[in-house]
Amino acid sequence: MIAAPTLVALGQAAAPASRTPLVVICLYLCLLFALGWFSSRLFRGSSKDFFVASQSIGPFMLLMSVFGTTMTAFALVGSTGKAFSLGIGTYGLMASSSGLIHTACFFLVGIRMWSFGKKYGYVTQIQFFRDRFESKALGYLMFPILVGLIIPYLLVGLMGAGKYIFGVTVGMFPGTFAAGAIPEWLSGLVICAVVLFYVFFGGVRSAAWANTFQTIVFMIMGLVGFYVIADALGGPAAASEKALAHTPEKLSREGLMTPAHFMSYMLVPLSVGMFPHLFQHWLTAKSAKSFRLTVIAHPICIMIVWVPCILIGIWAAGLHAAGELRVPTLPNGNANANAVLSAMVKTFMESPILIGLFSAGVLAAIMSSLDSQFVCIGSMFTNDFIVPLKGQVSDKQKVWLGRGFIVLIVLITYVISIFKPQNVFNLGVWCFSGFAALFPIAFASVYWKRVTTAGVFASVIVTAVTWALFIYDALGREVGEQWFGVEEHGEYLIAGVMPVTFICLASVMGLVGVSLATRSPSRETIEKFFPTNG
Amino acid sequence: MKKVVYGLIFLLAVIHQDNNSLVFGFMPLGLFYHALFSCMAAGVWAMAVKWAWPSDIERWAESADG
Repeated sequence: MIAAPTLVALGQAAAPASRTPLVVICLYLCLLFALGWFSSRLFRGSSKDFFVASQSIGPFMLLMSVFGTTMTAFALVGSTGKAFSLGIGTYGLMASSSGLIHTACFFLVGIRMWSFGKKYGYVTQIQFFRDRFESKALGYLMFPILVGLIIPYLLVGLMGAGKYIFGVTVGMFPGTFAAGAIPEWLSGLVICAVVLFYVFFGGVRSAAWANTFQTIVFMIMGLVGFYVIADALGGPAAASEKALAHTPEKLSREGLMTPAHFMSYMLVPLSVGMFPHLFQHWLTAKSAKSFRLTVIAHPICIMIVWVPCILIGIWAAGLHAAGELRVPTLPNGNANANAVLSAMVKTFMESPILIGLFSAGVLAAIMSSLDSQFVCIGSMFTNDFIVPLKGQVSDKQKVWLGRGFIVLIVLITYVISIFKPQNVFNLGVWCFSGFAALFPIAFASVYWKRVTTAGVFASVIVTAVTWALFIYDALGREVGEQWFGVEEHGEYLIAGVMPVTFICLASVMGLVGVSLATRSPSRETIEKFFPTNG
Repeated sequence: MKKVVYGLIFLLAVIHQDNNSLVFGFMPLGLFYHALFSCMAAGVWAMAVKWAWPSDIERWAESADG
């Protein structure tokens, strides 16, 4: 039934492997470079255009840039690996819940945030919070926390891209590089250079154009990859039958995760309501109507990307159990779930051109998040740190400050990635948990008149303390010696639920408790931010 | 109507929380249900856009332009 070779020893090619996939990847990057050049020609020269594209982005580009920014490499590589380990429950755990929660954030918070940005000229999240809570100090408290939560997220993307390219190019350059593969430092350098080129000259507008192109690429290539792999396995029915025969437990949720664990995961997608880079994309919308397509189509887009990846993941589990797929192992001897997709691609995709195109799709998913995050941090350093400190800064100076900080953050991220920090891939869900726990502040800021500055300070501090305590317990202490949680189903759980549950609870208690105990905001502020009594 | 839409969204979240057979010969039943759920979510959000749209906020933001 299996048309392709059933066992490929990844990384052990004797003769030089075909370099066609690398040529295809390079052509894709050149195309992106050209698109970056074209979109940077549309830059209008003002800081408002650089940071929020002069609020001119229409419905389709808003959907593509928001969806592309939300979907990282995890959407393709991580989802397949997670389904390999946890089975189909992964879709409910992360994808369908996101379809509901992400969209709720866009609809209930995003449109209101956009309206304040439109009315009062905000270009960053912190500018809004400073005004809403009548406190410049709050900006200086939130700035390092938000930047600190984005940096690991950036590193995961950049290092993930390096690892993927390394896997795809194994054996292409024997004698030149270790394992004959493009080293991670080189692919990271090229990716940073391409992204930096288009965001440096065009800012958010270029990021939106690039995201639109890249989102289309990774959605199409995900479907093409699914079709080719299914075809090589004798069709989707044969592939699923094999999974059912060898790993039936992966075809249902029971036994692989508990209802409490499953339910607590629904809090993680709340993070999109606090991502500074998504906030920035919200502010680029031409009108509130631009949000309509995003609100309706986002769950469908998630389904289009995730369902094929989940199926590939459970098929891989069946093949692995049957001894027909070799997956690189971790030091502890277990299969490396993050290498499952590349193992499936290398085993069941015979055409080097297709391998190159699929790899371009994976890179597109990664780069469509990196660009927005780079621009966002550049904008935050300029508008939330330098401008409040210096006072008067000309419009032209703001643009150049933004560009300077983008270069700086790209350099810092690249240099850190060269040192390959070991725990960075474990930080992904923790970064999301931190943003999710800060979401009550964003929600209260647009729906609760009584929320106070002291309440927000309490919420931020309580979130930071509980987050740091749990992350130290999970990653800094030996398994079995942890204070609060235990490792279950491959996750650190506290009382059977994700730590985000308790961090969110602490955040809400701090926000509500202290707000009720302190003086309400001024009438002027309430009238400014609740103009329609909505 | 706005309350009905928000009620449906809440109901959807509850449904989201609550065997090995294959639908169409290849899709595990649990995955099929959740893919169907994604389509239902899109439908309910389309209803929200139609009947719970914050048009007062929209009008306020787009009135004369700190």
